[in-house]
Order: sequence, then C-alpha cells, then structure tokens
Amino acid sequence: MALALAVLIWAIVLASVVLFTGEFGWFPPQISEHGDAMDAQFNLTLIVVAIGFILAQVALGYYVWRYRDRSGARAVYTHGNAKVEVATVLITAVTFVTLAIIGQRVWIDLHLEELPEDAVQVEVTAQQFAWNFRYPGPDGKFGKTVTRLINDQLNPVGLDSRDPASNDDVVTLNRMAVPVNRDIRLTLRSKDVTHSFFVPALRFKQDTTPGLAVPGHFKALKTGEYEIACAELCGLQHYKMKGFLMVMSDQEFEAWLKERAEF
Amino acid sequence: MSDSAHPAVHPAPTTFIRKWVFSTDHKIIGIQYYFLALIAVFTGLALSVLMRLRLAWPAESWPWLETIFPVGFEGGVMSPEFYLAMLTMHGTIMVFFVLTTAPQGGFGNYFLPIQIGAHDMAFPVLNMLSFWVTFLSMGVMFAAFFVAGGAPISGWTAYAPLSALGEVAGPGLGSGQDLWIISIALFCIASLLGALNFITTVLNMRTKGMSLMKMPLTVWTWFTTAILALLSFPVLLAAGILLLLDRLGGTSFFIPAGLVVSDTVIENSGGSPILWQHLFWFFGHPEVYIAILPGMGVASQLLSTFARKPIFGYHAMVIAVFAIGMLGFFVWGHHMFVSGLSPFSALVFSILTLAIGVPSAIKTFNWLGTLWGGKIRFTTAMLFAIGFVSLFVSGGITGLFLGQTSVDVQLHDTYFPVAHFHMIMGVAAIFGIFGATYYWFPKMFGRMLHEGLGKLHFWLTFAGVNAIFIPMHLMGIMGQLRRYAESTEFKFMEPLQPYQEFVTIAAFVTAAAQLLFLVNFCWGMFKGRKAGENPWEATTLEWITASPPPHDNFGGRELVVNHGAYEYGVPGAPRDYVMQTDPPLETTK
Repeated sequence: MALALAVLIWAIVLASVVLFTGEFGWFPPQISEHGDAMDAQFNLTLIVVAIGFILAQVALGYYVWRYRDRSGARAVYTHGNAKVEVATVLITAVTFVTLAIIGQRVWIDLHLEELPEDAVQVEVTAQQFAWNFRYPGPDGKFGKTVTRLINDQLNPVGLDSRDPASNDDVVTLNRMAVPVNRDIRLTLRSKDVTHSFFVPALRFKQDTTPGLAVPGHFKALKTGEYEIACAELCGLQHYKMKGFLMVMSDQEFEAWLKERAEF
Repeated sequence: MSDSAHPAVHPAPTTFIRKWVFSTDHKIIGIQYYFLALIAVFTGLALSVLMRLRLAWPAESWPWLETIFPVGFEGGVMSPEFYLAMLTMHGTIMVFFVLTTAPQGGFGNYFLPIQIGAHDMAFPVLNMLSFWVTFLSMGVMFAAFFVAGGAPISGWTAYAPLSALGEVAGPGLGSGQDLWIISIALFCIASLLGALNFITTVLNMRTKGMSLMKMPLTVWTWFTTAILALLSFPVLLAAGILLLLDRLGGTSFFIPAGLVVSDTVIENSGGSPILWQHLFWFFGHPEVYIAILPGMGVASQLLSTFARKPIFGYHAMVIAVFAIGMLGFFVWGHHMFVSGLSPFSALVFSILTLAIGVPSAIKTFNWLGTLWGGKIRFTTAMLFAIGFVSLFVSGGITGLFLGQTSVDVQLHDTYFPVAHFHMIMGVAAIFGIFGATYYWFPKMFGRMLHEGLGKLHFWLTFAGVNAIFIPMHLMGIMGQLRRYAESTEFKFMEPLQPYQEFVTIAAFVTAAAQLLFLVNFCWGMFKGRKAGENPWEATTLEWITASPPPHDNFGGRELVVNHGAYEYGVPGAPRDYVMQTDPPLETTK
C-alpha cells in the first residue's frame, strides 16, 4: 500500500515534468515587443514552481513509504521545531515576494510606459458578438459618437456626422490592421456587456468594460494574420466572437486604410 | 465559561418531525447538511459530465440525450445556451451547496460542539433555521432550471452588466437569473446565521480545560472559516440585492450610461460593472478559503491520527490558518488584473497574493513534518488525507503564476486558472470531505464503511483527478479559453481537441468511480460492521462517547480536558495515544 501510493505520487510528478517540457504543446509563437519578457517571467516562475512541486511531492511519496507502519518501529514524539518553521517562512517569503516584484517590470512596461507622439491610434469597441475597430483618419482625431445614433448595420459605433472630426474616421468590422514595428495605442470600449480583447500571439489581453475607455498599447514585430478572441463570457456566442489582427508594412497599412476611407 | 459549560440541555425530542425534520440537534442538522451536499454534488457532477461530452465531441449527435433534455439537446447536440446554463449551475451548485455546505455546515455542525465538549451549538434554533434557509435556497436555485428561458448563462460569477440587463442580453437572463440571485441571497443569510453560531459556540461553550490551544485543528479551521463567512457573505448579500434592484427596480448600480444591446438603447446611467467585480470578489476570494480551510483542518487531524504522531508545529498551524484567513481578505484584486483596474492597485494585490503562499508553505511543511518519523496506518481516510496534501501542493503552487500581474495577462480566463481552482478549491477540498467521511462515518452512523471499496474509490479518484486537471494546465498555456461551448472556431485552439477528448475520458472514469462511494455509503449505513467508541484509536473528544453519540453528546458526563489534541506516541504513556480527557500523566522530567 505504502509503496503503491509513493509510486503513484512519483509517477504523477514524472508525468507532469514530461508534460511541461514543451514537447506536448506550449504558448502560441509570440510576435510582440513585450512578449519575450512576459514569457521569460513565466519561465522563471516555472522553475521556482517546479522546484517546490518536485521537492514537496517527492518528499511526500518518500515519507509515505519510509514511515509506513513497520513492526517494532516507534513514532518519533515531537511537537515540531520553531527554528525550521521560521526558516521556512523566511525562505518562502523572500522567494515569493522577489518573484512578485520582478514580475512587475513587465507590467509597468505594459501599463505605465509613455508612448511616442506618432503612435497609431485604434479604438476597439466590442459588442455581442463582434469587434468594431475605429481609426481616426488623416486628422488624427476621433470624432464624436452618440449612443442614439448606434445602428449595428449602418453606424456601429454611433458616429456623429455633425462633428467634422467624425467624417474621416474609418470603422471596420472584425478586421484590425496595424503597421509592423510601430507603437499602437488602443482605447478599449464595449457597447453592451464586458468582453475581453485577447490576441494570444501578442500576449495581450484586456477586458473591454462598458462605461470605461481602457487604454492599452502594443508593438507587433512580425507581419501576418493573427486571431483575436473574446476571453470574457459575454453571452450565447462568446465562443464565436472572432476577429483578425493583420500586421502589415507601413505602406500596406496606409493603402488599406485609404481603401476603407473611400467607402 | 463555567456557566455555559453547564447549559440547560434542551430535552430529547419525541416526535418524528422534531427529531428528524425540524430538529435543533446539531448532529441531525449536520447530517441534513451533509445529505443536501450529497444531492448537490451528484447534480453538479452530472452537469460537468454533460459539459465534458460536448467539449470532446462538439459535432456528435446523442439522440438519447434529446429524449431526456428535449430543450437543451435539439437534434441530439447540446445547444450553446444549454452549455452555458450547465456551466453556471455547475459552478454555483459546487461552490455554494457542496464546498461551503459539506465541510462547514455538515461536519462542522456535527463535530465542532462534540470536539470542544459542548452539548449543542450555542443557538440550536438558529442552527435549525440556517439549515432550512439553505434548503430553501437550494430549492430556489434548482427551480431556475425549469423556468422559461432556463438557468442563467452568466457564469457563477454573474458579471454585470451581462447579469443585470435581463433577457435582452441572452437566454436564461430573465427569471432564471432572478431566481439565481434570490437563491444566493438566501444562502448568504443562512451562512451568516451559521457563522454567528459557530463563533459563539467556540468562544463560549468549551468544556473545562479546553483552552483555545488545546482545541483540535479542525475546530480552529471551522472557527476561522466562520469568521470569514461572517465578514464576506454580507458583502455578497448586499451585492445581490443591488443587482436585483438593477434588474427589477430600475436602479443603476452596475449599469453605466450609453449601453446599446442588440440595437436596443439601455436607459440606465451611472453604474459601474467594476463595482460588481469588487463586491463579488471581496466575497469570492475569502470563499475559496471557506471551501478549503476545513479540509486543511481535517487533513491535519487525519495525518496526526494515522501517523500516530502529534501534529508537527501546532502553534504554527494555528497562526498559518489565521494568516491565510486574514490575508485572504486583501487579495481579491488578483481576479481583476485585466478588468480595467488601476495598474497601481494591481501591483499591491499581486504582492499580497504571493505573500499568501507563505502560510500555505508552512502548512505543507508541517504536514510533511507530521508524516516524518511516523508509523503510518493506511486507512482509506488516511489515503484521502495524503491525497489532499498532494493536491494542495499541485493546486496551490500554480497560484504563483496567476498571482503575478504580467504572467496572469496571458493565462487569465484560460483553462489554466480553471485547472488551478479545480485542483485546490475543488478536488483538494473534496478530498478533505471524503477523508472526513471515511473517518467520521463510524461516529455519525455507528457503522464502518467498507475499507476495500473505499481504497478502490481512492485510487481511481486520485489518479483520475490528476489525469483531468494536470493536462488542463497545459491546455491553458496553449490558449484554450474557458466558458467556450466548443473550440472549433479558432485556429490556435485546433491542436487542443485531442486533449479535450483525453480529459473527457478521464472525467468519465473519475465520475463513474464516485458511484463506488455512493454504494459504500448506502451499504455502510445499514450493513457496515458495527463501530465501537473509538475505532481509530484517536484522541479527540468525539471518540470518548458512543457511536452515534447520545442526544446530549456525552450522556450527562461533564468532561475535563487535560491534554492537547494530538498526543500520540507519548513516551511513558500506558498506550500509543493519550485521549484529551485522560488523567494527567506522571511527569517523567
């Protein structure tokens, strides 16, 4: 019994280690400027977790087997040891808090970094079950929007045509183009319920919370087409709420935008 | 304390109704809670099996299921709205009516008074009310399945404004959602009454000599859990009432201005969806500890009993339980890193969250220390306690990923957190419940469970839950999003389908293994070997009285406690264990 349990616990450890070598699937390839730092922080945490996990489980299996009820054995009579308790507190506290502090660097880059003036602006407006993207057009300014004017077919974000800044705004459905190697400044909104703008390849996820205009930014380093998924339960077709991020060269992006402006 | 140690014991009931239905006896109420949780857990399990079926084979048609669920399985395929209703109800039923109810309402009610030498809870009538309000709450929750539109699809977290806008936002968000909120509000009231009772009982009803530091760790965890419940359930109650007002009273606590749902302009203005998340998680995070702390107490009790050793670091364990409980109130923001929360708040929540790993590491260390140098008896109860430690490590340690702001961004709302919380507050807590059942069943029903069948149940369940939830972490890393009725729409989720199938098969085997438990339970109630007073040679007060205990618990005896809760293998003692009421030992110093 004791040996069987020890072997099962060790087998679980071994299977977990093999499963997490990366041979059986891993993160989707990443294409953003901050993605490498994020993945590195994950890997650092993985090392700390693996050490703790393996030590604890191997010891558990070993003790279970070693201290089974054997004839003639006496249990050790002890109520513990204050010194080792204090040592455990100190070691874990230092490790965990250090890990948390190191992890904040990427977070600070992601949220508190100043963007250059020429960052490309895109407004994301989520709705059940689609993504609307708005570009400010040549004037660089988003025009006024009015809730009453919203119409899913004709005016999905409710542009107010009386505001001159609105007239050159470009609105697209489910397809978001951005130039490669440029800072992208996002404003994330929602028309109805909470959604979450998730691009696995970008290592970017941000809820679009109704009533808020949440800022965000990224820089894509590789051209191509990447999927955008909704990560926050938003209703019936949550699992179908799909968009595409198209990362292209500057020229292609300008041409793409111009083509859409002519509608 | 001297007065309350001799309370006026309420007389033993004579009628069937007062004895078994509207009973004020904490033991009967404990059993009532336990059976309620048993109905809930098998319902919740059935829902998860249905969900797993759809996730593994989304296109497959199961015509026989259409005959059982004509509404949810049109054409033999589960509709996405039915999937989301299953998901909402699975989470809600498991969290509230199983994980909150069985360890605290069930075992806590039954054994807390006995373990401190009391004749009953401090407020027996209040105790009866807590149970019946919980019962009513579960009735209202189950009714949500049967109203027009079905059960709500907003998840157990009921994020506003999805949960606030009514049927315009989706099916099940009409009457189903109303019933859900009413049920949760009732549950909050019941838990609040229960918590008051537990706290008062521990503070006032201990028998002579039962100082706080002589209490079993189970009592400490029930006590701490009651404090958490007392402080967190009122917040959920308030949030639920506000949400109901938004839905039915035209208020706007959680609905901001300018919403347009399916081209319908919503006239509310001024509310905040983030406010719901703050209120919900202010309750929701302590709730995790409400579910798991009693399991920690049970694991400590069982490891010490069956390793025949005192618990390693009793004082450190008490401090760690309290530290986990109190820190648990300051980390709710880690559920909201990507919600639009201020990035500065996130920094603080992240560091506090990782700090909670420290008392958790202490617990693990001390459990290992308890096994070290022991003389382990492998009863079924002990196997589940060892399984609990293993699952607590596996499930707890992945919190180090999710508690970090930057790592959470990618993993948030994937299967990674799903695997994490199922492992820790789901199956680890359930292992605590199973361990407690195999350990205390003889005391509750006077008969032993079948050990062979129990062990088979353990092996299948322990291997099964690991096979389900460890691969699920990897699925989360690969990007599988949670609350997706199927993952066929996205290219990046395509490689995940074989994993979905593997997990589903593992889940089916594990679910089937639970029938062994049910058989053992029913068999044990009527046919099990008769249990003596102390079948496990344990030390705490429940083992000095008959199995099951008489109405006043100790047959009129007044107990005097002379020893700590876990005195095993004491050198110079006449036997391997010293019961708490044994006379003081001759000092050998």
